[in-house]
Amino acid sequence: MADFGGSDLDAFRTEARDWIEANFPKSLKGKGGMMMREERSEPTPDMEAWRKAMGEKGWGVPTWPTQYGGGGLTPAHARIIQQELGRVGAYNPIGGMGVMMFGPTLLEYGTEAQKQQHIPPIVKGELQWCQGFSEPGAGSDLASLQTRAEDKGDHYIVNGQKIWTSGAQWAQWCFCLVRTDTTKKHEGISFVLFPMDTPGVEVRPIPLIAGNSPFCETFLTDVRVEKDQVVGPVNGGWTVAKRLLQHERSGLSGAGGGGGGGRSLVKLAKEYVGVDEAGRLADSDLRTRVIMNEIDGRAFQLTALRAMAESKANSGPSAATSIMKNAGTRWMQDRAELTIELMGHQGLGWEGDDFTAEELAAVRGWLGGKATTIYGGSQEVQNNIISKRILGLPDPK
Amino acid sequence: MAVLNEEQTMLRDAAKSWVQEKSPVTAFRKMRDSGVELGYDANAWNEMAEMGWAGVIIPEDFGGSDFGYLSMGLILEETGRTLTASPLLASGLAAASAQVLGGSDAQKSEWLPKIAGGEIVGTLAVDEGAHPAPEKVALKAEKSGSGYKLTGTKSFVLEGLAANLLIVSARTSGKPGDTDGITLFLVPADAKGVTRKRLALADSRGAANIEFAGVEVGADAVLGEVDKGWPLLEKTLDRARAGLAAEMLGSAVQAFETTLDYLKVRVQFGQVIGSFQALQHRAAKMFTDLELARSAVEAALQAIDADTPDVPELVSLAKAKMGDVFHLVSNEMVQMHGGIGMTDAHDAGFYLKRARAAEAAYGSQSYHRDRYARIQGY
Repeated sequence: MADFGGSDLDAFRTEARDWIEANFPKSLKGKGGMMMREERSEPTPDMEAWRKAMGEKGWGVPTWPTQYGGGGLTPAHARIIQQELGRVGAYNPIGGMGVMMFGPTLLEYGTEAQKQQHIPPIVKGELQWCQGFSEPGAGSDLASLQTRAEDKGDHYIVNGQKIWTSGAQWAQWCFCLVRTDTTKKHEGISFVLFPMDTPGVEVRPIPLIAGNSPFCETFLTDVRVEKDQVVGPVNGGWTVAKRLLQHERSGLSGAGGGGGGGRSLVKLAKEYVGVDEAGRLADSDLRTRVIMNEIDGRAFQLTALRAMAESKANSGPSAATSIMKNAGTRWMQDRAELTIELMGHQGLGWEGDDFTAEELAAVRGWLGGKATTIYGGSQEVQNNIISKRILGLPDPK
Repeated sequence: MAVLNEEQTMLRDAAKSWVQEKSPVTAFRKMRDSGVELGYDANAWNEMAEMGWAGVIIPEDFGGSDFGYLSMGLILEETGRTLTASPLLASGLAAASAQVLGGSDAQKSEWLPKIAGGEIVGTLAVDEGAHPAPEKVALKAEKSGSGYKLTGTKSFVLEGLAANLLIVSARTSGKPGDTDGITLFLVPADAKGVTRKRLALADSRGAANIEFAGVEVGADAVLGEVDKGWPLLEKTLDRARAGLAAEMLGSAVQAFETTLDYLKVRVQFGQVIGSFQALQHRAAKMFTDLELARSAVEAALQAIDADTPDVPELVSLAKAKMGDVFHLVSNEMVQMHGGIGMTDAHDAGFYLKRARAAEAAYGSQSYHRDRYARIQGY
């Protein structure tokens, strides 16, 4: 892939470097991983200052339009910001579902008033969004959702139950799919927004197999939703939702499913299993499987680069993007499995000081990562999409 | 399923009905939620012992029923179905086997009746590192007076906190990695210098790290021959591995059946998800693998009962194959249940966590594949 040259970008790199140098609190160096933790702690004053600085600058979402506070930059500029942040151990403090999924979708489908209201707080990292999509009876078959929005003239009244609303216990707003027409399936769904402190919204965290989780059940009882908070046409929410899911899936192919705190699998294996005189892993069976995973990981990275290059050249998504979620999540799940396996008995700990923090994180990451092939379009749904849309295979008769 | 005699059929049926009535998965959940340090329900273990399960491989002269290893495997398969946690494997199978195979009459008379009756819990204290490697014994046993002094640590001792009697592999000569120079000792867990630390594991079962700080034992604590403990240790471990594989078989079969039931009731896209061919084929593959694994597990147990020379290879075959199949089925259990399978309220996570712990115990798949190859001479 060709890199961008040009004096404009060189000048921008200097500008970015200087600005980060002047604004990034040194105390936060290398602390980016803490942002990903499932259990939240109160932000320190330095963390707050860094979020404010990046929020004001608009560099948390460098490619979003300037009229809503974004950076208004090209992807090439955005990459420079990312590189310069990484160079000094800094991180992007602006994130979450608002940035990853909801913001880009609203920029495309929202009214001017909706964008003015909702985009700037996302850009500044001032409030968090949660996703009210899945229901107990509507998982892979999301369009079968039953949460009902009744038209009351100037507003809707919503009743139903959502599940897997990640971060609902911390979110201030929810983007939610509701049924506004019960006579149709896909064409009866609307995409609505409401504050989480609206009366009738009740949130219960769901303990998962990995322990505490950011996932919740959300019960909606006579929740009032204003009519100006419908995104896209009434009964046209499925189109908006599909676009949002695309953003979610492209984000998920590279996230979650940790294990081993991100250290090289090869290093870990050498440490836990040992090497022979020639420096090869002492367990040849494990060695083969570690290599297979390393190769899968490289091939995945190369595919990501190729997809990026192709989509730029064709100004449309590359066919390779369809495989990214399944390929990425499978690789990470394999990696997590290998991590606990090579740790042996030390990779079976649940808590306590007989295990290192890295070992305990590997176990929780292995368990938590099992969700990545289920949420955001399960592995099976992704395979269906590849079979039908990319490969053109027919439905069974 | 192996062809069973009348005695074995009765034992299997009795185990099945007790497990289903008295020890369903909800009992395991209750045990876990209560945070019982032992990692099992002592009352349930008493009932199991009263039914004679702890004495199934112990000769009648020493208080057991001498029904054999296939019979023990049938019980473990049933307890495995509901993830019943108990010292049956560590004590009634592993510790008992060591003494049946290597104990003097005096040792057998002293310990076996108590193990058979469930009055005491015995266990093997063999591993020292993160990965089982029974020949890499570093724990030292030095001559001290007429007896020995044991110094070192053992890790991941199953039921290590509950155990009253530890069967400890120690080095009396040579260096870690040598099969010569290993001696087994019978060490009461309350001996001076023994310190035990409970491990909090993902599968919520009982295990401990144990330190031996100059623990003094008499010469009569030696199980088998001095320096020549390796063959006894391997034979003992093979019996423990086969028993664990039988327990894993039960767990995997139940994980599969629970998943199959779900495929028949969960509706998405207007039909039960079990009507999708993509899932049908994965279910069919699991069934195929479970049948293969069952053959391997039962063959290993029968070979032990017949005392044939192919016990080591059949045991490694069984543990490797069973480990792979339980691994697959436990992953599919979560994936096919979807979101509900990720919740702690569902049982899928229990089977997943138990699968990895059982895979690692007494040697992982890669350990036993390698051992199988070595036995075969390649």
